[in-house]
Amino acid sequence: MQSFTRHTGIVAPLEALNVDTDQIIPKQFLKRIERTGYEDMLFYDWRYLDDGKTPNPDFEMNAPRYRDASILLTKDNFGCGSSREHAPWALYDYGFRCILAPSYADIFYNNCFNNGMLPICLPGEVVEQLFAEVRAQEGYQLTVDLEQLRITKPDGGEVPFDLHPFLRERLLNGWDQIGLTLRFEDKIAAFETARSASA
Amino acid sequence: MPKNIYEKIWAAHLVHAPEGQDAILYIDRHYVHEVTSPQAFEGLRLAGRTVRRPELTFATMDHNIPTTDRARPIADPLSKQQVEKLAANCKESGIALFDMYDRRNGIVHVIGPELGLTQPGMTIVCGDSHTSTHGAFGALAFGIGTSEVEHVLATQTLLQKPSKTMEVRVGGALPSGITAKDIVLAIIGEIGTAGGTGYVIEYTGEAIRGLSMEGRMTVCNMSIEAGARAGLISPDEKTAAYLEGRPYLPKDTPWKQLAASWLSWASDSGCAYDRVVELDARNIEPQVTWGTSPGMVTGVRGRTPVLAETADANTRLAYEKALQYMGLDEGTPITEIAINKMFLGSCTNARIEDLRAAAAVAKGYKVHAAIEQALVVPGSQHVKEQAEAEGLDKVFREAGFEWREAGCSMRLAMNEDRLNPGDRCASTSNRNFEGRQGKGGRTHLVSPGMAVAAAIKGRFVDIREWEYK
Ligand code: SF4
Repeated sequence: MQSFTRHTGIVAPLEALNVDTDQIIPKQFLKRIERTGYEDMLFYDWRYLDDGKTPNPDFEMNAPRYRDASILLTKDNFGCGSSREHAPWALYDYGFRCILAPSYADIFYNNCFNNGMLPICLPGEVVEQLFAEVRAQEGYQLTVDLEQLRITKPDGGEVPFDLHPFLRERLLNGWDQIGLTLRFEDKIAAFETARSASA
Repeated sequence: MPKNIYEKIWAAHLVHAPEGQDAILYIDRHYVHEVTSPQAFEGLRLAGRTVRRPELTFATMDHNIPTTDRARPIADPLSKQQVEKLAANCKESGIALFDMYDRRNGIVHVIGPELGLTQPGMTIVCGDSHTSTHGAFGALAFGIGTSEVEHVLATQTLLQKPSKTMEVRVGGALPSGITAKDIVLAIIGEIGTAGGTGYVIEYTGEAIRGLSMEGRMTVCNMSIEAGARAGLISPDEKTAAYLEGRPYLPKDTPWKQLAASWLSWASDSGCAYDRVVELDARNIEPQVTWGTSPGMVTGVRGRTPVLAETADANTRLAYEKALQYMGLDEGTPITEIAINKMFLGSCTNARIEDLRAAAAVAKGYKVHAAIEQALVVPGSQHVKEQAEAEGLDKVFREAGFEWREAGCSMRLAMNEDRLNPGDRCASTSNRNFEGRQGKGGRTHLVSPGMAVAAAIKGRFVDIREWEYK
């Protein structure tokens, strides 16, 4: 898995509450059997007009100034809905490496870490403030430092954030979960033996 | 110390809790389906790994298969590819597959209990968020992402942090006309769509105890819509009775002995929870969602919200957007909302009991002239056969409903059944998100009886006043 240590990038605002996985990637695109190639399908119903290809001028993220964005700024309960990993795949394929929001749906949050993407929880006021700053300044960039658990603003201001130490460790090292678990293969085998003995 | 059911299951499945990292939890059942598994099998192959316990893994095709004639090939090449891939992966790994021609086929969350694969005290996972359904049997069941599917295939375990627990106690006897669907929608209306985030919910109380196993599955199914990863109900005699004689129970243990061991998983009296929410069943009305999230719900006697009366600015914004998408004015009485489509099905409400309740409403009536499509999709082959044996299909057909093959159907809108822009559908499914049943389609979530009644009258009506023929 891709590791994540420090990332600097343009921030794109997505002003919506409870963005669900169907809005992140509509289900007609879940029929593929690959893990990649989902970039054009991200936010499909919002991003394009009814013909499915002309960019929707009313969708804020379509503005040229956000074209190269790699940090997504959004609102509460992002990623709710289904457990499908296509949602983080689509965000990642589009170029997002980090998400900033007050809260996330559980399964989506986990899925991000399994795909080398960092979802950060920030207090509501901080998020509101960032929305204002992003819109006020074209080319607004943030630097996210996972090592230091700190976000640096263009004016040098700093925003600290929290993360479960294990999740931090995993992303920093790009650890593959299965590999990690298989270090304890003997314990799994012992568990299975104990169970079949008692059953 | 008295323990709740979650704590018991957790303790019994804990393989190892390495210092500073997530606990390794053993998984008893892994249900696999065609949409979220191909990338996981591919990942295994690339890493040179194999499926650790194929005999604990069961696969079905449900999301992407046609609900019309199964004898014809699947029209969409991508759906076909997914379905074929699953068959090949299962064959290679030695996993039992209930394919689309198998009599045991159906929605994964309907057939697991039907076959007795789902049992109390188990840990159950599936790459589908409504896996919480199996919690109705007192199993810890939840949806996982594809990376986790791969993890379970390779290790038969999952990395987990312990959840907080929430007791949702629904006291009082359920009034007549009120169903499990109304209970769970009322709960979501109460705690909100993120109210359960970080929690595993246990549903308790007289109204929950009074529900059939089918009803309990409906409640647990929608736990995820309240933000909870899992929802469960302590097993009791009803649980044991439902499972008696099911094909996948352990063969060498008598049912009596099994039943006793199942009951031991139930929460101890006096156990504690991190949070307790109480509702009184006697106050629950038939529920109808008016907006684009399951929490945007009200009683059938209610109205859509009035924006000026909504204090919180963020909520007001969300309501405004939802009303706009739904094409509804503020303050509209629910009973004035007219529909043009109806869908009865999904893993929330497509079991035999749901079909019986719906058929009782439909009997002797005709679908309203304004309804363009009214679909009834049984949750499994088994449900379909049973319904046909009871003549329910005839009741539906005579009333003008379409009777389909089993599957997920419009619920997911991945196969051909979907809404067109502007369509308004009364649906027994679990999600009313924007575009959920097709782009621009508007979905109102209701119970089976409410859905059928709306299809007959062309608008929502209070099922408590229905004249049964
Ligand atoms: S009905 Fe819906 S949630 Fe249930 S299995 Fe099918 S797609 Fe998944």
